[in-house]
Amino acid sequence: MHGLERRVAVVGVGQSAFTRSCGVSIRELCFEAFKEAMEGLNLSPKEIEASIVCSAPEYDKQRTPSGLIAEYLGLTPKPTFLVETICASSTTGVGVAYSMVRAGLKEVVAVVGFQKMSELTSAEAQERMGRGGDVMWESPFGIMMPAQYAMYARAHMRQYGTTEEQLAKVREKNSRYGALNPKATFRKPVSVEDVLKSRVIASPLKLLDCCANADGASCVILASEGRARKITDTPVWVAGWGSASDTMTLANRTSFTGLTCAVEAARDAYRMAGVEPKDIHVAEVHDCFTIAEVMAYENLGFCKPGEGGKLIEEGQTYIGGRIPVNVDGGLLSKGHPIGATGGSQVRTIVHQLRGDAYKIHPDLQVKGAEVGLVHNVGGVGLYANVLIFRR
Amino acid sequence: MERFGRISYTSESKVADFVKFLAEGKVMATRCKKCGSLYFPPRADCPQCLSGEFEWVPLSGRCRLVTFTVAHFAPTGFEGDVPYALAVAECEEGVKVFTRVSKSIAFEELKPGMEMKLAAVKVGEDKYSFELVKP
Repeated sequence: MHGLERRVAVVGVGQSAFTRSCGVSIRELCFEAFKEAMEGLNLSPKEIEASIVCSAPEYDKQRTPSGLIAEYLGLTPKPTFLVETICASSTTGVGVAYSMVRAGLKEVVAVVGFQKMSELTSAEAQERMGRGGDVMWESPFGIMMPAQYAMYARAHMRQYGTTEEQLAKVREKNSRYGALNPKATFRKPVSVEDVLKSRVIASPLKLLDCCANADGASCVILASEGRARKITDTPVWVAGWGSASDTMTLANRTSFTGLTCAVEAARDAYRMAGVEPKDIHVAEVHDCFTIAEVMAYENLGFCKPGEGGKLIEEGQTYIGGRIPVNVDGGLLSKGHPIGATGGSQVRTIVHQLRGDAYKIHPDLQVKGAEVGLVHNVGGVGLYANVLIFRR
Repeated sequence: MERFGRISYTSESKVADFVKFLAEGKVMATRCKKCGSLYFPPRADCPQCLSGEFEWVPLSGRCRLVTFTVAHFAPTGFEGDVPYALAVAECEEGVKVFTRVSKSIAFEELKPGMEMKLAAVKVGEDKYSFELVKP
């Protein structure tokens, strides 16, 4: 069918500043991201044919927020709905939007992700986080994400000899780039020493191995090829999307040294895009914890399993290295507004491929980047989306 | 299921007898009567063959530590327990368990690969769980 051969482009990307406490309502937060995404486009809100709102609703005071957000952005009466895969929500939203446009059902779809983590007291947030595992078989033991990722870190160190210094170097790298990103929550460079000296949260992970909750919103606007060329001169094409899941119950996992859902998602995304790991020029990976970035290198095929620690130690994931990763500071620097994170990753890659990453900071452009990748994980390797984009 | 663990978040389940067995000192798995698949945590429905016919099977308790962490930070309701060790262990029957490590074992002694024993434990007034102890 002709319709199934349609190419789909990202025409607009935007995000609010990510902060510990934004001081505005969720509708206003989303508007900031939407406004930036619409900047310079030949497109009015009324021409957006559907909106997909992405959030982890247990953190929202507003019940069914998609209706409210669509209203405030002027997107009614077109269809709107919420998608949720926790921390991977907004790349799931991008995947669904891609599917709708590629199928020919819609020409232009907006994906709006947000989270206002400061709406909850920290006790309320901790209570919800305690229910992030299997509530029947895991939560009764007192489990939170740092502890779950820490068990992966321990297994990775045991099997491959990965060191706490190598993990700390991930934070050092990301903080260096985060310092240049005006929309990042944490803008102070952090040394390996600082990470190693920070207090233990769940051994072997320390405070600075962990990202922090944040308030923020992101927006990605997708369009069919025909419409995209009228909307913008700089479309960035969605070349591949892979999406996968793993068991929620940790005891039912097959591996503790890598995220199998990320391996699955990456394989499908590479196959669809017709590229290999060596063809990727710049990547945004889900560094909710330093160990998560090291496993991402391996699960995405940037290096062999077990060589992630070496890859960061050799500086290969810095700008100028073999594969620059998280050159906007990553979740570790930007902070992690759950539903907004994936859209922020897409924004960075789109800027990199358009060659206008100078809009974030002139020193953050990876020169000549033509193919970029986003790896966004929900929960502790529960959901994964891998997206590949082309200039 | 209210009697399972320090704080239970699940009221009812087809496998609620699991807690009754814990109170008797037994850690049980379920086995599908139709296809023979063994499940831990126990389940009442088999995704392999879709059967709902199960039998309870005791686990020997012999297991090996796969990985662990010492949590210094806990969700609401567990703050008083920190620090505590959480772990995944693999049982000789092939199933894996996620649980806590008994506080009778010093954190420094824990090493992935070491032999452990899975045991039922009383964790409060009429509250039962399981944990890893020394073999």
